[in-house]
Amino acid sequence: MATRTLTFSGAINEAMRLEMRRDPTVILMGEDVAGGATLPHMEGEGKEAWGGVLGVTKDLVTEFGRDRVLDTPISESSFIGAAVGAASTGLRPIAELMFVDFFGVCFDQVFNQGAKLRYMFGGKAQVPMVIRTMIGGGFRAAAQHSQSLYSIFTHIPGIKSVVPSTPYDAKGLLSAAIQDNDPVIFFEHKVLYGMEGEVPEDNYVIPLGVADVKREGNDLTIVTLGRMVHFSLEAAEKLTGDGVEVEVVDLRSLSPLDEETILASVRKTHRLIVVDEANPRCSIATDIVALAAGQAFDYLDAPPTMVTAPHAPVPFSPVLEDAYLPSVDTIVATVQSLL
Amino acid sequence: MAEINKEKLLWAYERMKLIRTFEDRVAGLFAEGKLPGFVHLYAGEEAIGVGVISHLTDKDYITSTHRGHGHCIAKGVDVSPMMAELYGKATGACKGKGGSMHIADVDKGMLGANGIVGAGGPLACGSGLMAKTLGTDQVTVCFFGDGAAEQGTMHEAMNLASIWKLPVVFVCENNGYAETTPWGYHCAAKDISDRAVAYDMPGATVDGTDFFAVYEAAEVAIERARKGEGPSLIECRGFRYYGHFEGDAMLYFTEEEKARNRARDPIESFKKRVLERGLLSEEEIAGIDAKTAKMVEEAVEFAEESPWPVPEDVLTTDVYVSYP
Repeated sequence: MATRTLTFSGAINEAMRLEMRRDPTVILMGEDVAGGATLPHMEGEGKEAWGGVLGVTKDLVTEFGRDRVLDTPISESSFIGAAVGAASTGLRPIAELMFVDFFGVCFDQVFNQGAKLRYMFGGKAQVPMVIRTMIGGGFRAAAQHSQSLYSIFTHIPGIKSVVPSTPYDAKGLLSAAIQDNDPVIFFEHKVLYGMEGEVPEDNYVIPLGVADVKREGNDLTIVTLGRMVHFSLEAAEKLTGDGVEVEVVDLRSLSPLDEETILASVRKTHRLIVVDEANPRCSIATDIVALAAGQAFDYLDAPPTMVTAPHAPVPFSPVLEDAYLPSVDTIVATVQSLL
Repeated sequence: MAEINKEKLLWAYERMKLIRTFEDRVAGLFAEGKLPGFVHLYAGEEAIGVGVISHLTDKDYITSTHRGHGHCIAKGVDVSPMMAELYGKATGACKGKGGSMHIADVDKGMLGANGIVGAGGPLACGSGLMAKTLGTDQVTVCFFGDGAAEQGTMHEAMNLASIWKLPVVFVCENNGYAETTPWGYHCAAKDISDRAVAYDMPGATVDGTDFFAVYEAAEVAIERARKGEGPSLIECRGFRYYGHFEGDAMLYFTEEEKARNRARDPIESFKKRVLERGLLSEEEIAGIDAKTAKMVEEAVEFAEESPWPVPEDVLTTDVYVSYP
């Protein structure tokens, strides 16, 4: 397959474009996903659309038109719920919920409706929808636009949750999510949008529920996700100088969770750190520590440890936010403390 | 036109001018890379915030939006801690924890800018309920945008305020765009104020670039709320000069629309009117222009010279009142 360099956001855009070409039942909706483009009052202006708040859906409306790329009012409950309804009756909607923080407005439609229809109806319904949403700190966007709330959704049976870390993974995982017959929430870290990487031109799928060993090593396992994959890889590089080889496991999917890859790595290295940008209580990090403690206890030579944000909201000030987020230095120091 | 005394006119011009000067300066500072995060500027909408808040005291409450600087200034929040907050400094109105989108000063009755569209409606019902329950005469004004008009929370809040006869005034600042999405597209109603009928409350649509029109409509609604007669909805039609946030190139605006907006600048119209009628003098206007310019420059200086917050001291404080 021919590849070329593409940004993380370009890879996500391309996955949607290719899936929309392949399957006419795939539609996209969300706030400003078309932006100002192609509305009557803009005729003759020849201007480009906003294409989503950070431009991820740019130009999709030009190819697919407003029947398949729908701007929505700021009415999250209604359009997320409409995606659930449309998915259960024959469409395959992609709904963009700008920031994960905005789930607060429409949570019922996600966890009481979309997640449960199939079970409550005895398997007689399916909800093949994707909700794309932004996560993460680093933008100085403060407490209501910076959270990493994926663990809440991982808690809920019936929802699949995916957190890509590279352009290659983002494209393949999003295609898989769109083709999947269950509701999938696709969490995109806003700081990664500009990151470049090699991405195949053709459509391809990375199966959900398969973690990826981003770096091999024998001395300690870091299990991580999203932007923290890159922090962990950087920490691992720094530690090589000290003769320490860290294995970095990128979860990619939180639900389904690739327990085998995590456990195989822990059994090999005997040490585990989970690096997670989210808050530390009742989270994917505690979940993985519990997994290792329960199923690889005899292999562990050190307590399973977490590097996370503190139990506090995300602060605005750059000096506070930098101290809030896990850092490469903290990861390095934590690794050293466990050897 | 209801009689407005000179003191009020001077106050109104000063607040509007201070908002404009502050926001223009913030735009410049943001472009210079001095301000982190997102800033959403209020320039163009000054007559709405100031026209409404003319009738409030420090004891009255307002809920605001992501575009909250103007509401803060109109409500009397000091621009120096505001500017420091935008920088993320320790001396900021929220100690650098909130930033532009969460700027607040509860002592001044300003219940916060808000990062969640439509979140202010239910909160306003809450402070309205407090006033009703405790038997005070405090009024709460809920500012919300045309985008928020389509949020379920706003419908629920207006209904709740009406059945409980809460002292709340809902002020829709219709600047024509929910981010990039034009009002004509996202709203099925011809006038947002028409919805008042469904909540059995008075509704009015006024020109949000006309201070005096806003002032008069707000006077009636706030008096009604203060007397315990229940909520009202005022839709103010206006525009914003800047993008949804700074960095937005505003490609969804036509050039013709931008020109039309410049021709109905709320501060220029106010000035023209008070000068023509001899209500204020050129000297008084010039004096306020100089004073507000100085206030904003002092605010920038204060913010620049202020220390950064110390993470070890404040990162995990203020999460709870008490937590063992």
